Amino acid sequence: MTRVLDVRDLRISFPVSGGRLHPVDGVSFSLDRGETLALVGESGCGKSLTSLALLRLVPEPGRIDAGSVIQLGDTDVLALRGEALRRIRGKRIGMIFQDPMTSLNPVFTVGDQIAEGVLAHLPVSKAEAWERARGLLDEVGISDSAARLRAYPHQLSGGMRQRVMIAIALSAEPEILVADEPTTALDVTVQAQILEVLDDLRRRRGMAVLLITHDLGIVAGRADRVAVMYAGQIVEEARTGDLFARPSHPYTQGLFASVPRITGPVTRLTPIRGTVPPPTAWPSGCRFRPRCPQAFDKSELPPELMTVGEGHRMRCWLAEGDGPIGMASVLPSHPERSEGGIP
Amino acid sequence: MTPLLQVRDLVKHYTTAGLFRAGARPVRAVDGVSFEVGHGETLGLVGESGCGKSSVGRTIIRLQEPTSGEARFDGVDVFGLDRTALRRLRRRMQIIFQDPYGSLNPRMTIGAAVAEGIEIHRLAAGAEIGRRVGALLEEVGLDPAYGRRYPHEFSGGQRQRIGIARALAVEPSFIVCDEPVSALDVSVQAQVLNLLSDLQRDRGLSYLFIAHDLAVVRQIAQRVAVMYLGRIVESGPTEALLSAPRHPYTVALLSAVPEPDPTRRRARIVLSGELPSPSDPPPGCPFHTRCFHPARDERCRSEAPILRAVGATTAACHYAESTPAAEAPGRDA
Repeated sequence: MTRVLDVRDLRISFPVSGGRLHPVDGVSFSLDRGETLALVGESGCGKSLTSLALLRLVPEPGRIDAGSVIQLGDTDVLALRGEALRRIRGKRIGMIFQDPMTSLNPVFTVGDQIAEGVLAHLPVSKAEAWERARGLLDEVGISDSAARLRAYPHQLSGGMRQRVMIAIALSAEPEILVADEPTTALDVTVQAQILEVLDDLRRRRGMAVLLITHDLGIVAGRADRVAVMYAGQIVEEARTGDLFARPSHPYTQGLFASVPRITGPVTRLTPIRGTVPPPTAWPSGCRFRPRCPQAFDKSELPPELMTVGEGHRMRCWLAEGDGPIGMASVLPSHPERSEGGIP
Repeated sequence: MTPLLQVRDLVKHYTTAGLFRAGARPVRAVDGVSFEVGHGETLGLVGESGCGKSSVGRTIIRLQEPTSGEARFDGVDVFGLDRTALRRLRRRMQIIFQDPYGSLNPRMTIGAAVAEGIEIHRLAAGAEIGRRVGALLEEVGLDPAYGRRYPHEFSGGQRQRIGIARALAVEPSFIVCDEPVSALDVSVQAQVLNLLSDLQRDRGLSYLFIAHDLAVVRQIAQRVAVMYLGRIVESGPTEALLSAPRHPYTVALLSAVPEPDPTRRRARIVLSGELPSPSDPPPGCPFHTRCFHPARDERCRSEAPILRAVGATTAACHYAESTPAAEAPGRDA
C-alpha cells in the first residue's frame, strides 16, 4: 500500500498562566491510499484539533510543538510557509466539517463556490470550472445538477449542503479527505446517504479518508482501522474488526458498554463513571486512571502504546498481563469468540 | 385503568403571516396526532428533524397553544384550562430539554434554580426549601454542595442532571423529555438514561420521551410512536415495532441506525429524495414520494392511509401486510 500520510508524535500546546497545556499530546498515525482511518473519542479528546493540525489550521494562540512530524507523501507539512502551505490546503488534503451551513457562503451560489475551489488549484477556464462543478454535483449524488449549481445554500436541505461541501472538498482532487463529524448534524436516513457517498468516492478515487467521529456505530460499517483517543492521546488502535471483537483498553470497553443497541437483549447500560476531565485536570500516570474500573498500582505511571495483537496496540499496563485481572480475561484465546471483551 | 394522558387529533399549524407572506400556507407541524401514555409508562416519540415531535411535546403541556385537538391529563381537559388552573397543572407536567444550559439563568445559582418551582408552588418554606434542594441534587447524582455554584461551572451531563432536578422539584407525575441525551457524550448519555430509568422506578413517573435515536428509545421506552411529516405513521410495543416494523418509513429508519458491530451486515435502505415541506405535504400517503414498497401504486398517491392494527403494531400504510423487511439474515464471517 502507498503511504500517503504519516503523523508522528504530534503535540499541540496552548499557553496558560504558568505554562503550556497539551490538548494533543503525542499522537501518531498513518494513512494509506484508499484507506479509511477513524479517529474516535468524546468531546475534548483532541480529535478535531489533530485533524486541523494536518492543514496547519490550529487556532491561535495554539501551536504545533517542535518535534512533531506531519509527512504528506514527500512533503514535510510543518516546514511549509505561505504559498506552499496554501497549495496543500484543499489541493492535497480536503476537509469537511460538521455544520455545512457555517462553512458555505450564503451570498454565493453553489456553483460559484465549487468553481472557486476548482479555479484556485487547477489550470482551467471559468467555463471548464463550472462544467467540473456540475460533474462533482453528479458525483456526490445531487440530481438535476445543472439547476442546483444556481441555487444558494439556504435553498438546500442539510443533507444537500453536506453533499455540496463534499463536492467543494473534492474540487481540487485531493489525496486525503478529512471528514470531521460529517454526519453528526444530520438525520439518520440522511447520514446513511452521506456515508454512502463518502465510501463510494473513496473506492472510485482511491482517496484516503480520515473520519473523525464520536459514533462507534458509524465506524463499524465504514473504517478499515480505528484509533480511539482519550485526553489528548491515542489509547487504542486496531483494525476495525479486531477492535470491535476485542476492545482491550478499559476506556474502549467502557464506551462499548455505554452505547444502547438496536438488537439483542435490552440490559441496563454500564456507563463509565465520572466525566471527561478538561486538559487542565488530566491526572498524572494513566490519564484514564480515576475513571478506570481496572486501575491498579502501576496505573500511577504513564503507559506507552503496547502491542496486544497483530496491528493492535493499547496504552494500558494491563497489556503486560500482570495486572489485577490480566489480559487472559480481556483477550479471548480463540479469535472466533467475538462476544468477549467487555468484563 | 384509564391512561394518565390521552391525546386526540392534535393539530398544530404555524402560520407564517407577515408583510411579504400574505396568503402563505401554514406549516402543518402536527397534523392529527393521537396517542396515550399510561401511568409509570414511557412512550418514545421518534422521528427526524421537522417531523413535528417536539411540537407535540410542547403543545401538550401548553408551552405552545394547539391549533385544535384534545388532551386529557388525569381526566382534566388540558387545552380548556385558564391561567390559574394551568399553573396548578404544571406542577404535575414538566419538561426537560436537549440543552439545559439554554434553560438555566446564568446569574442564578443552581440551588436557586431548583428551588424556584418549590417556591412558586409553595411546596415548602424556610429552611425546608434548602433541605429539599439538597435532597433533589443528591437524587440526580450531584453533590448537594453544588447548589451554591453557577451553571457555567458544570459539564453538559451535570447540567442535564440539574435540569432533571428542576423538573422533579415540583413532584410531577409526567415529564416530557425532549431529546434529553442527544447533546451528551456516549459515556455520559448512559449515565443520564440510567438516571431517568431509576427515577421512573422510584417515583412512578410517566415519560413522553422524544428522540431521533431508535437505539436510545429502545433502551427506555415500553412503547414507540414513529412520526413523519406531522403524523404518526406507526406505533406499538417497542420490541414488536423494532423486530417487525410494518410501515416502510419505520423499516428505513431502522435500517439506517448505525450499529457498533462490523460483523452484522444489514441491508441499508437509503431513502431517495428529500423530506417534503410540511407547508406543502404530498397528497395521499405523506411518505409516498420516498416509498420503496414494491406494492406502492396510485392509491398511495391519492388516498391517505389511516392507522390500523397490523400484526403487533398499528401502521398507516395501505400495504402494511406485505412491507418488506430490511434485515438481511445471517452474519458474514
